[in-house]
Amino acid sequence: MRWGPSATLETLRARADLLARIRTFFSERKVLEVDTPVLSRYATVDRHIESFETSPAGWLHTSPEFAMKRLLAAGSGSIYQLCHVFRVEESGRWHNPEFQMLEWYRPGWDHHRLMDEVEALLAVAGGPIACERLSYRDAFLREAGFDPFAASLPRLQEGIQSPDGLSEAESRDRDFWLDLWMSQCVGPRLGQTVPCLLYDFPASQAALAQVRGEVAERFELFWKGIELANGFHELTDAAEQERRFKNDRDWRKRHGRKTPPYDANLISALQSGLPDCAGVALGVDRLLMLLLGLPELRQAMAFDSARA
Amino acid sequence: MSTVSTNEMKSGTKVLVDGEPYSIVDNEYRKPGKGQATNTIRIRSLKSGRVIDRTLKSGDTWEVADIEEVEMQYLYNDGEFWHFMNPASYEQIQTGKVQVGEAAQWLKEQDTIRVLFWNGAPMSVTPPNTVVLKIVETDPGVRGDTVTGGNKPAKLESGAIVKVPLFINEGELIRVDTRTGEYLSRVKE
Repeated sequence: MRWGPSATLETLRARADLLARIRTFFSERKVLEVDTPVLSRYATVDRHIESFETSPAGWLHTSPEFAMKRLLAAGSGSIYQLCHVFRVEESGRWHNPEFQMLEWYRPGWDHHRLMDEVEALLAVAGGPIACERLSYRDAFLREAGFDPFAASLPRLQEGIQSPDGLSEAESRDRDFWLDLWMSQCVGPRLGQTVPCLLYDFPASQAALAQVRGEVAERFELFWKGIELANGFHELTDAAEQERRFKNDRDWRKRHGRKTPPYDANLISALQSGLPDCAGVALGVDRLLMLLLGLPELRQAMAFDSARA
Repeated sequence: MSTVSTNEMKSGTKVLVDGEPYSIVDNEYRKPGKGQATNTIRIRSLKSGRVIDRTLKSGDTWEVADIEEVEMQYLYNDGEFWHFMNPASYEQIQTGKVQVGEAAQWLKEQDTIRVLFWNGAPMSVTPPNTVVLKIVETDPGVRGDTVTGGNKPAKLESGAIVKVPLFINEGELIRVDTRTGEYLSRVKE
């Protein structure tokens, strides 16, 4: 039955129930549901996220982050969105190039307060009641046996399988090795008994988070070894945001990757004033997969990319 | 030379790694949300059967190995070489000890086996998963003893030695699993 869905109808009913619970959760908390464009003239310049380019010229979003921050700057207050996002080449047991994201923002909150709310949402969704909290440093100390901030480069390169054909620059890049440790050793061991909220990433992996000394005020949620959510105490400084965009765009150019135009409207919105806030994005399909104990992501979606 | 990218490497894809032919067993895509994507790829050596894991950055490529698998009929062994025939084309080939390897002990004339060719040359021989062979040498059977779990060695017509239940006699046919070398059942002629 090649035309048939990749999820059972029972799973699709559970999916509808999950979406209803999410909407009720935010409605009760007076968080406004919003709906922003999927297709934009701008795109992310994140080093490791590839956007689909459209014709005529445009890009499919990889997260609704930029548009939602523009709403925050316009005075929306707390907002959430359930939408589909698109990422080139992300395909595997736990990846699909198109997936559903839940993203929300809380003005006046920091990442710790938002972690409390992620925990509350998980419980309402039917998951475990409480999460473990672990700093990025402690997670590496416990699972990899070294301090990710202090370890020498040779230490980072030892005890992990090195990919074939590394360039000079890659083998000298600390974050490249930390990513390998995270995806092959540390991450898969997190959240095995209860979900794990991992916080305070290295400043070099700040993405769009505020930096405090050597750490970025960023967190991720892991459950059964699978990354479920990524959140920030959001960067509000327009000049710093533009500097990071330019750095990432230059990095992409040096590495022969596409260099889409970064979102000039976001920079303008930040200049006009983004309230201090925390935001988080959560993969809905993965959450459903874990709640139902499904072995692969495609079984949580009506039609995976092979059937789309 | 054609190549395959990490997202095209499926179970069974034949690739060249460090100049040697391998078959893809499993391919797992891993990516931290905001980090470098990698594929951890389990590969089986087509020469030794050894299974190893390698990691590639997603999007990187390996060369495709020129591998062809052909069903052939085993003809005979001349003391040095094993001779096989393609039943479709009647083409005959011969291979040496290195290529036949472990399979030699299961080969019976006229049986259909699979020969793997690498760059047009025979590289390995795989017998059927189960074969029926005659026992040419074993201790006399213990009459009526079909329940006690004991066993004894028996030499088969192809040269293999397998453990069989005590009640099995010389001259009988038995079915053997060539992957494990285990006795499966007695076969009536």
